[in-house]
Amino acid sequence: MEYTILILLLPLLSFVFTGLLGKRLKPSVAGWIGTIVTAAVAFLSYWTAISYFGAGRDASGVFPTQVAWNAVWLPFTENLHIDIGFLLDPISVMMLIVISTVSLMVHIYSFGYMKGEKGFQRYYAFLSLFTMSMLGLVVATNIFQMYIFWELVGVSSYLLIGFYYTKKEAIAASKKAFIVTRFADLGFLIGILIYGYYTGSFSFEPGSEALGMAKTMLPLALGLMFIGGAGKSAMFPLHIWLPDAMEGPTPVSALIHAATMVVAGVYLVARMFPLFIGYAPDVLHITAYVGAFTALYAAIVACVQSDIKRVLAFSTISQIGFMIVALGVCTSADPHEGGLGYMASMFHLFTHAMFKALLFLGAGCIIHAVHSNEMSAMGGLRKYMPVTHITFLIACLAIAGIWPLSGFFSKDEILAACFDFSPWMGALMTFIAGLTAFYMFRLYYSIFWGKENKELHAEHRPHEAPASMTVPLIFLAAVTLVAGWIPFGEFVSSDGQAYHIHIDWTVAGISLCVAFIGIALATWMYLREDRKVADGLASRFSGLYKAAYHRFYIDEIYQFVTHKIIFACISTPIAWFDRHVVDGFMNLLGKGTVSASGAIRGMQSGNIQKYTVWFLGGALGLIVVLLLF
Amino acid sequence: MNILSLFPAIPLLMMLGLWISKNIRQIRTVMVAGSSVLLALAVYLVFAYLGMRADGQTAEMLFTDSRMWYEPLNIHYSIGVDGISVAMILLSAVIVFTGTFASWRMELQVKEFFMWFCLLSVGVFGFFISVDLFTMFMFYEVALIPMYLLIGVWGSGKKEYSAMKLTLMLMGGSALILIGILGIYFGSGGTTMNITEIAALHNIPLSLQRIWFPIVFIGFGVLGALFPFHTWSPDGHASAPTAVSMLHAGVLMKLGGYGCFRVAMYLLPEAAQQLSWIFIILTTISVVYGAFSACVQTDLKYINAYSSVSHCGLVLFAILMMNTTAATGAVMQMLSHGLMTALFFALIGMIYGRTHTRDIRELSGLMKVMPFLSVGYVIAGLANLGLPGFSGFVAEMTIFNGAFMNHDTFHRVVTIIACTSIVITAVYILRLIGKILYGTCNNPEHLKLKDATWDERIAVTVLVIAIAGLGLYPIWMNDMISNSVTSIIAHILN
Repeated sequence: MEYTILILLLPLLSFVFTGLLGKRLKPSVAGWIGTIVTAAVAFLSYWTAISYFGAGRDASGVFPTQVAWNAVWLPFTENLHIDIGFLLDPISVMMLIVISTVSLMVHIYSFGYMKGEKGFQRYYAFLSLFTMSMLGLVVATNIFQMYIFWELVGVSSYLLIGFYYTKKEAIAASKKAFIVTRFADLGFLIGILIYGYYTGSFSFEPGSEALGMAKTMLPLALGLMFIGGAGKSAMFPLHIWLPDAMEGPTPVSALIHAATMVVAGVYLVARMFPLFIGYAPDVLHITAYVGAFTALYAAIVACVQSDIKRVLAFSTISQIGFMIVALGVCTSADPHEGGLGYMASMFHLFTHAMFKALLFLGAGCIIHAVHSNEMSAMGGLRKYMPVTHITFLIACLAIAGIWPLSGFFSKDEILAACFDFSPWMGALMTFIAGLTAFYMFRLYYSIFWGKENKELHAEHRPHEAPASMTVPLIFLAAVTLVAGWIPFGEFVSSDGQAYHIHIDWTVAGISLCVAFIGIALATWMYLREDRKVADGLASRFSGLYKAAYHRFYIDEIYQFVTHKIIFACISTPIAWFDRHVVDGFMNLLGKGTVSASGAIRGMQSGNIQKYTVWFLGGALGLIVVLLLF
Repeated sequence: MNILSLFPAIPLLMMLGLWISKNIRQIRTVMVAGSSVLLALAVYLVFAYLGMRADGQTAEMLFTDSRMWYEPLNIHYSIGVDGISVAMILLSAVIVFTGTFASWRMELQVKEFFMWFCLLSVGVFGFFISVDLFTMFMFYEVALIPMYLLIGVWGSGKKEYSAMKLTLMLMGGSALILIGILGIYFGSGGTTMNITEIAALHNIPLSLQRIWFPIVFIGFGVLGALFPFHTWSPDGHASAPTAVSMLHAGVLMKLGGYGCFRVAMYLLPEAAQQLSWIFIILTTISVVYGAFSACVQTDLKYINAYSSVSHCGLVLFAILMMNTTAATGAVMQMLSHGLMTALFFALIGMIYGRTHTRDIRELSGLMKVMPFLSVGYVIAGLANLGLPGFSGFVAEMTIFNGAFMNHDTFHRVVTIIACTSIVITAVYILRLIGKILYGTCNNPEHLKLKDATWDERIAVTVLVIAIAGLGLYPIWMNDMISNSVTSIIAHILN
């Protein structure tokens, strides 16, 4: 399996090559290099998946974990060292497929979307960098390798959000994304330090003896690691960077901020799942509550946003909440006895990546057509862009959880797992699923139906996107249509054994009903041209509406803390203290020396009369002293 | 002639060459030839050193040589290197080389400038190869004095004030070092000035150690920007010309950390163990305090100077943790910070040379105007905030892991406090990048500026390659350093 090194090496080389040559390369050449490399990576990933799952289960009935290659990168002590390697197990192989597929689609799509943009070469170079980092993250053989690539995806995200670097909002958004996630990564790092120290290695499976010794510290270490995961996966209250990250080019939002990087936190929890279950089940349940609250919060906020990318961003946050909840409600590693959530979470991660990438790419086509992110510039677009319309509808139905689309199957498993955990959790998540259906169809109707902004459209007639953009849409829509029928449990489950998915029709029935209610409500409120009901509700609950529109003022709180507290109350006084007290003391010392030497200098004036006076005075003084004693 | 003696000898020859050169062409030729030879020699030294270790040479110092030069006090010109000094010599050679290119277009009294610059390198190289305390001190002084003139004459802004302040504070430090050296010499029986021999004697009574340790540590600490003796650094760097800032922050500040480790801790181990907590607190303050101060500065050089306080604080912090991993990290951090900060100062000098301002409020949108320099700046920034793939990450992670291996609460807590600097660093670096590089260029004057010239490109490229090389493939450097650190740490702990 040594060839897997190419999966990381090819995009790295592509990044270095296109990055170094930059403008000396023709834009299309840079694009082709990136795309061909990604296609090769996708091919290798599929090949790896086929040969990995094709090799079958071992004697104990699980797909064996394999290390394709592994090398020491930086040794700390004899036992403690950072390795770089390539780990193959069901979830890493699944992630390989997800990442390479979406990345390839985005590479193709960007030919159309980014056409004529300045910095086309730079864009493709960064895409390659991101692809490499994300792949390195999921195949990490140890927690520190994960952290290394974790930081690298962070910086790729920073560079891509800030792609339009002359735009003020983009600069602020990229900065925010990096700093908020950096702050979360601090938790991750300290968690790793604790983990490394107590278990004596950075391995995911340090052995039961080492774990036994580290037992008391593991919950703390895992909890801190989850903070890192919560930062990347935009869990409340570290979610604030994700909506702003929409300032980046839309295909980037699809790849990084919908399908791959933002689920890194989910992947982290899944990766550490055996440890969570074995040593820190309480911490795992805390993640479930965090996830549930985030899912609810984001779904409410998504209902009132007017920028279509923001709606999708909050929808992403909410859906990641679902995945975290699914992991968090697990009570054992047996999928039949409380461990169903693991499989459900990974399944949802897979299906969500496809349909959310589809939604974002669809949104990209729309933005491309009307040159605005605002819903007010849209309406009635179904006539102009049929392919986008149909594929977008498919994705909306999938995320709403309508049979037989992929989202139905994965969401159903999540809800079943939640009901297993507690009826309250199940009910809450079902309600949020209903909200999801509502806000997605509010979005759908506002874009494709409803009142058309005729003025704007007359000025600039919307048009269907070119083939390079619609082909990825069609491909992803096809995946969304059929992905639900993949026997996912056969490949991924919490104990590694084959798990046969069966649909619990009571749960499924309830969730379908709720979804239909959500859709119906949205239809009633937003399908018509006048929107009387929607506006009426908004004005009746104007306080709530406003609060939700401003995302419950969480950003303002952060703004206050960073500017008024950290900058104004810590940094500025420290800088003042340094200049005036610490340095002031040094200056005082200098001035003191100068004035003291001035005083002494007076004695050595070269003036004979003065010397005589001093001499006589001294002699007299001495005589007095001698006489007295 | 011992290969090590070539390192101080070549800059001396360069001074001679400069003295007889008649025009700028010859001056440049001398500088480029000399600094290239130094760099090549340093690379050769690394390979020769690794080769000798691979052949099973276990002596602490290799390439040793010793000549008596002042008998009454037993002062020898004793030289020798271990992994730490080899790394430092390599660093110095890289910075002298790139510094030459960074000051390519110098106009005022070029010959004199480069002569002092060479004298400074004589001191730096001499310091790193010395094994004799007094010889080491002498080279230390040789490195300090030219600084006064280099800043006072070729500097900018309040240059006289800064030069005076820097020199006086560092001289104050060296006075402490001299007292400390004499204390160590007489404390160990007054028979030898050789560091390895004093360590082997290991006979300085604890009561004396407790006096000399703080004195020597603070003496070297002043140069290593130990809080609260760091204030020479922002003013000094802000006023210094580019190449001097590079050499000063890049190499000279490392003399401080190197001396603290090699002299204060190695020769006074018991006192180091007892009193380390005081300095751990001071260095922890340095780390966080420097980073917070950098957040609100408006002058590019001040930002980098405070950032250096933070990063150099981490060096001293790490050596005080007294285990092999942390100390290896400290040396890595010295290397890494040296390269990064040299890159920063080089780029700041290039930007200042064009825009004539270092105030970040007056700069914007430089990415469009000078893409090469701006990309260099982004890389320097990302390396500075500890991005994997660059040297800073390797050094910081080694330090944090090493520091965390001390299993008492005190060390743990300060480690976690020090870790927070990675977030604060990200804040000031990204603020800076966002303000001066991104956005649209508001000053029409700046739109006409040209991007980097070929000589500037050489300086930037060499430094970036060094930073990335160390960051991508750290294991050989790590092995070379930790090998030597192990024996020193073992000595301190016994």
